[in-house]
Amino acid sequence: MHGLVNRAVEGFVCDSYGEEKWLEVVRRARLEDSHFEAMLSYDDAITIKTVTAVAEVLSRPAKEVLEDIGAYLVSHPKTEALRRLMRFSGDSYEEFLQSLDDLPDRARLAVSDLHLPRTEVHEQSANQFTVTCFDTVPGYGSVMMGVLRAMADDYGALVFLEFIGHDAGVEKLAVSLLEAEFAEGREFSLGVRAG
Amino acid sequence: MMEPTSFDMLDVLCPMHLVLSDAGRVVHVGPTLRKLRPEQALVDRGFLDIFAVKRPRAIGSVAELCAVAGAKLHVNFRDSPQTELKGVLVPGPGRAQTIVNLSFGISILDGVRDYALSAADFAATDLTIEMLYLVEAKSAAMEASRNLNKRLQIARVAAEEQAFTDTLTGVKNRRAVNHVLSGLIASRAQFALMQIDLDFFKAVNDTLGHAAGDHVLQTVARIMVEETRGHDTVARVGGDEFVILLEAIQDRATVERIGRRIIDRLQQPIAYRDQTCVIAGSIGTVLSHTYEEPDADQILADADIALYASKHAGRARQTFFRPELRDAADVRVAPFPDPATVSRLA
Repeated sequence: MHGLVNRAVEGFVCDSYGEEKWLEVVRRARLEDSHFEAMLSYDDAITIKTVTAVAEVLSRPAKEVLEDIGAYLVSHPKTEALRRLMRFSGDSYEEFLQSLDDLPDRARLAVSDLHLPRTEVHEQSANQFTVTCFDTVPGYGSVMMGVLRAMADDYGALVFLEFIGHDAGVEKLAVSLLEAEFAEGREFSLGVRAG
Repeated sequence: MMEPTSFDMLDVLCPMHLVLSDAGRVVHVGPTLRKLRPEQALVDRGFLDIFAVKRPRAIGSVAELCAVAGAKLHVNFRDSPQTELKGVLVPGPGRAQTIVNLSFGISILDGVRDYALSAADFAATDLTIEMLYLVEAKSAAMEASRNLNKRLQIARVAAEEQAFTDTLTGVKNRRAVNHVLSGLIASRAQFALMQIDLDFFKAVNDTLGHAAGDHVLQTVARIMVEETRGHDTVARVGGDEFVILLEAIQDRATVERIGRRIIDRLQQPIAYRDQTCVIAGSIGTVLSHTYEEPDADQILADADIALYASKHAGRARQTFFRPELRDAADVRVAPFPDPATVSRLA
């Protein structure tokens, strides 16, 4: 697993629950180092072990934790750079949704060894979409759910998200776009450089 | 005259275009270009009054401008901000009309900031948004890499400081000796400590060079490792100084035998390329059980005294520390022997 992924889990715990909780995760998961390196590669088992430990330490279902991680990734001030990169995908939430097809390619453009699962977006009917992620590590769909939820807030869109199911490495989400301009979204201007 | 519908088409296809009359006056301005000068009416002004042409050089008239149709233009606004734009000029479909299409080029990074442009301001086919995405993505990734490099550098320095290995010979270093020695003392283990100093090593270094010297040190270290047991500690603690910690030993005869074997082997000439290096070794030894309360500094100091007694007594020998030696410790080492002595020892 790419270090960025593990680093995201670490950042989520540290920024949302504090360093102490993270060290508890490190001990419980018996991690060799107390911090992950964003630009190194780790065994997949380490990521799974870490997420399991986070869920145990926080006494919350792993699915919920993963969803929160997804939301953290695109909404926390420390991850502003990533939010901005996501906003480059489209001017509206719908455009953003449609562009998820390109997400793995966009990720690879930024970090050449970062491989995200192939994602397909289909418009079922007006304002009804399904997002399908293929060949995922279990839980990717939950992270995606958190990202989609937080990005809806970012664009000011009102959405209803539902986890439809997972089967043999395929995870499927349903997105209902109830109102595209429900609230004032967060500002995004091309020219402001992320901190 | 170009139809308004043509202007609409141009607005979509190239939102940073201008349509000029045959007199070089602006007839129409694309929507994004209008955003660059929202306070000014650009229509009816002369193109060359709004923009200075940087390249091709020396374009001062409309006729000269029209003469470079098809060539790449570099222009900048005459007023501030003097944003640089690149573009191309072509004769328009309408009679006596010229179209100039402009773009930011590399100045886009400042451009989007100065003019608060959004994705909608660029043509659907324009790769500007992708480029801006890449710039930000790469800066973020580069930042992460830089942080990693910085941390690795710090970790490396820390690791070197904490290292227990002598990089030249592969045996332990002084830090390791201190560590093992304090461990042995704390666990009240019985052990022997040998302080070994090479004789005539400086002569090898001076006459045959550092490479030969390094080879000798590596050979010496190997000999010491071979003559001791796996759980003993062999360390190079200085240029040509070594320490051996022999564990679970209280029998003086065994230590004497090990020391003798090391001294014998050190005296055998060491071949380096077509040269022969001749050295010897002197040993000062301390047995831990001769102390009531062993102390690391005391043991090392006493081993040193015993070592100098060996040197004083004619080198290539082992001396066991005894308290009387401490009183004679001010005895100086014998002067460096002449080559004749060296060959005799060899």
